[in-house]
Parts: sequence; structure tokens; C-alpha cells
Amino acid sequence: MSKKLNQKLHLAKNIFTGPDQVPQRNGYGEGVVEAGKKNENVVVLCCDLTESTRSAEFVETFPERFVEMGISEQNMAGIAAGMAFSGKIPYISSYAVFSPGRNWDQTRVSICYSMANVKIMGAHAGISVGPDGATHQALEDIAITRCLPNMTVIVPCDYFEAKRAAIAISEINGPVYMRFGREKVPVITTEKTPFKIGRAETYTEGKDVAIIACGSLVYEALVAAEELAKDGVDCKVINSHTVKPIDRKTIIKAAEETGAVVTAEEHQVHGGLGSAVAEVLAQECPVPVEYVAVMDRFGESGQPDELMKKFGLSADGIKTAVKKVLKRKN
Amino acid sequence: MGVTDDQITHLEDKATQIREDIIKMLLEAGSGHSAGSLGTADIFTTLYFHVMKHDPKNPEWEERDRFVLSNGHICPVLYATLAEAGYFPVEELMTLRKLGSRLQGHPHRGSVPGLEASGGPLAQGISVAVGMAVAGRINGKKSRVYCMVGDGEMDEGQVWEAILFAGKNKLRNFTLIIDRNNIQIDGFTENVMPLEPLKDKLAAFGFHVIEVGGHDIRTLIEAFDEARDVFEKPTVLLAHTIPGKGVDFMEFKPEWHGKPPNKEEAKKALRELDELRTLGGKITCEHE
Repeated sequence: MSKKLNQKLHLAKNIFTGPDQVPQRNGYGEGVVEAGKKNENVVVLCCDLTESTRSAEFVETFPERFVEMGISEQNMAGIAAGMAFSGKIPYISSYAVFSPGRNWDQTRVSICYSMANVKIMGAHAGISVGPDGATHQALEDIAITRCLPNMTVIVPCDYFEAKRAAIAISEINGPVYMRFGREKVPVITTEKTPFKIGRAETYTEGKDVAIIACGSLVYEALVAAEELAKDGVDCKVINSHTVKPIDRKTIIKAAEETGAVVTAEEHQVHGGLGSAVAEVLAQECPVPVEYVAVMDRFGESGQPDELMKKFGLSADGIKTAVKKVLKRKN
Repeated sequence: MGVTDDQITHLEDKATQIREDIIKMLLEAGSGHSAGSLGTADIFTTLYFHVMKHDPKNPEWEERDRFVLSNGHICPVLYATLAEAGYFPVEELMTLRKLGSRLQGHPHRGSVPGLEASGGPLAQGISVAVGMAVAGRINGKKSRVYCMVGDGEMDEGQVWEAILFAGKNKLRNFTLIIDRNNIQIDGFTENVMPLEPLKDKLAAFGFHVIEVGGHDIRTLIEAFDEARDVFEKPTVLLAHTIPGKGVDFMEFKPEWHGKPPNKEEAKKALRELDELRTLGGKITCEHE
């Protein structure tokens, strides 16, 4: 491999040779059980989707601390808030299109306005949900949660990071939104990889362009950087798992050092990570920015890999964006 | 447990005091909801001055009963009740809806002590209250959770989600109070979106239903006692109230749902309430 990974981060050794494939939601499922073991106040609520959201392991481990909600996402958000006001730490799980999609009003008032200690777990986020089609592909969830005061927004890149995040959020007081996808994605971090809410991690250093990604696009960014290195383009790759509060310092430093930025996420171009990065850079260090995201349109049915390719949410899409941004760079 | 006539008279006086506070604060604020606030003053008085276990000096007391106002727009009555109960100074009521005030136009959890939940976007409060009841059960607490919803609010699907859930889980520590005043902004509830047969619907969802007059404090106390004694299911008080109760020219008028009195109207209203308090002028504290 031509790119040198940041040694301090203990990333997986097989990233470029054949990484393990595990869904991020498994990380949540195991992480919330760990959190539950650490703190008896952790409870889980789910809207008739315990298996696919991976809340099932918690249900088995702590049946008395699980609340079956039936298909009622609005009620779930409110009940979680009420439980939080009585000392509980509720994790509420459903598909991201429904929670925080359908229950946004409740998320805004019962949870955020009231500073309720509720953790919203949005499963099956992104276009990679595949054949279910546009109705079930959450591509706006980061935007609608990022705009809410008091909210923390986390998009883990893989299984281990989802697990670490699921535990870490039980230790901070306040509302959190965490999203994860349905599909197996490459495991690029390890148990030893540091994780701190609000701190972006620089995976590879580079001087020509900074690729700032979240979720499964972090892996694609690493692959793109590796391939671009062969063309003589030196990419810095940053995993910005916390979209809010965004790590301003790391983003500004990256823009200053490289003079060009590409963002990558499995979300609408408007309102997600790209917007968060652009908001920082417009104010602090204006440099050319290109976005890898869904370009203001709804998704469609198809196999996950077909869709990711069609919508350009891939290493190839990132490479194209990098070439474009480099042309704009003086 | 019998309630003496003196106790009832004392509670009725308290309700009148709360109604006076409501008129004064709405006049000062220049906006807000008169009818529902006045119409529920007797229920609030019964809850906070007789039924509920709570301690204004220790608002975070873990064993306390909780009250959640789901129809948050009638918060003047909640604020007046909390102030009269001693959670914060009565004078602060005059800051309602003003810049920098703790008394927001709709309730904000964390603003004043004793206020348990944010509310206003209808139906949110009932879910929060049911959540408190679930947590109370998990925590092994004996405390109860009371929640008021407006009847117009029951148009919201989320109300029925919460009722369905409370019924399923047999939340006997949960008592819902429906302010059945038959009005909402666009007119009478049965014209806007019929709710009847409401009693049957609630029973079908697994609630013990008590129909009760919303202004007779003795009957209200009995109903809340009954709710506490029902062990196998949650209870709902279908409380028939008169919107604007206590102020003759406001009673039963949908147009008073969302507006405050002006100076003249407030004067007239306070005169009426004063007569109520003094039994038509028969009782006076002024010396001859």
C-alpha cells in the first residue's frame, strides 16, 4: 500500500487487502448491551423492529428493560422523553426514515427542547437499504437532526465505531442521533481505535486535498486515496463521525494544509456533512469544496452496490470529485 | 376518607384565586388562551391542593406524583397553580409571554420548578406522561402520573397511540384527564371532528372511565380516589367542563379559546370572580 495510515489509530491491517464485512447495526446491538451492563438506567424502546435494528440482543439480555412500542414512532419519542425525565437513558430504535423522520416534531419538542437524555438510533439509513426503494432510504436524517439545538449527531463508519459510539453516548447527558446502514460494510477500525465524540480522526496525511467523510464512505475515501496516490495525488483522509458538534479545528487545519476539500456521505447534498463542513470553511478558511452525496433527488430500488455506484457514492465518485476540486484549486 | 365542607370551601376559594390570577396575567400578557385556562381551574386546584403528593420546596423529590399538561396552550392555569402552590413567586405570573420571562407562551421543561414537561404541539405531553408512568413502574415507585389533554387534542393520532400503549401495559399508576369542554378553534368538537362515543372508545382501549363534572371539587376528589383504587388498568376522567367557567360572558364561547381579555373585560371578569368569592358580596373583610 502506498498510503501510510495513522499508526496511532490502530486501524485494521486488512483494509486494502480484504477487510472483514459486518453491518454497523451489529455494533449498535452489541454496544447498547455493553452500555446496559455499565449502567442499569439504560433502556431500549423499539417499534416492532427488534431484529433488524439489532435491539434484539438487548431484549434477550435485559427483557425487563425493554419496551415494545408497536408501530408508533411518535409515541416512542415521547415515552422515551418521559422515561428520561425519570432517570432512564432510553435508546429508541427504528428505521431512520421513521425515527427521526416521522417523529421529528416530538424529537424537537419532547426531546431536544426539553434536553431529554434520549438516544435516537436510526437504522437502515442511506440509499444502501436497496430494493425497498426511496420511501425507506433515509437521506435527510442528518439534516433534520443537525439543525436541532442540544442534539449530537454521530455517523459511525463501521461495526467497531458503531459499538464504541453506542457505549460512549450513554456517558453524555443529552439527545443524540446515531445512524447506521443495513448492509455489511468493511470493518476499518479495531477495538483499539480511539473514539471521542466530537473529534474527527485523520486516517492518512496528505497535502493536495482533504477528503472528509462519514459512515461507509470513509472506507471508500481510503480506497480512493490509495488509488489517487498512484496518480501522484496526495490525499488527507478524515473520518468525521461526529457531524454535530463538528470538529471545526480539524476541518480548518485540513483546509489550510491542502487548500481543497471533498466531502463524502450517504445523504442528501443539502444539510448533511458536506453542508456542515462548508459552513465552517465559508467562515474560517474558504477553499474549493466538492460534494459526494445524493444530488437533491430521491433514491430508487436496486441492489445496494448498484445504487451506490449509480449515485456515485463510491471510491470512483470520490476520485472524480477530487479531480474536479483540484482543477479549481489555484 | 371524607372531605369536610370547610376543606371544600377552602379549595373553591383557591380555584377562584387561580382564576383571578389567570385574568390578570392574560390581560398583562396581551395574548393567550382564556377559556381552557378558566375552565380547568377546579381540576388543577383539586390536583395540586388535595390529590397529588408533591413538595414545592423539593420539586425534584423522587417520590412525587407528576402532572403533565399536554394541551400546553392553557398553561396560564398551570403557572397560576404552581405559583399559588409555592413553586415560584405569584408576582412572576405578570411576566407571562414577555421577553426574558421564565413563563413561556407554552410550557418549557426546565423553566420553572414543578413544571414537568414541555408541551404545546398537541399530543406530545400524553406520551411523555405515559413514559414517566412506565419508568415509575420499572423503578418500583408508588408515585402516580396525571396528565391532562384537551378534547380537541384527541384529533391527534399520537393521543391514541399513547392510550393504546397505556391500555396494553395496564398502567394503573397513570390517570388521564380529558378536558371535555366541547370546543376547539374552528368551533364545536362534534362538528370539527366528532369524538363520540368517547366513553366507549376509551373503555375499548382498556381504560377505566369515570365521567365527572369538572367543576364540583368534591366529585373530582372522589373520582381521583377511585382512580387510585383501580388496580388492573389506567383510569381516565372524562371531565365535563365549561370553557371560560367563572366568567359569565366567556362561558361556552369558542371565540374565547385563544384570546385574552382587554382592560374592560378583565375588570368585569374580576368583579364577577370577586362576587363568587364573597358569595355575592355577603362576605366582606372590610370594616364598616
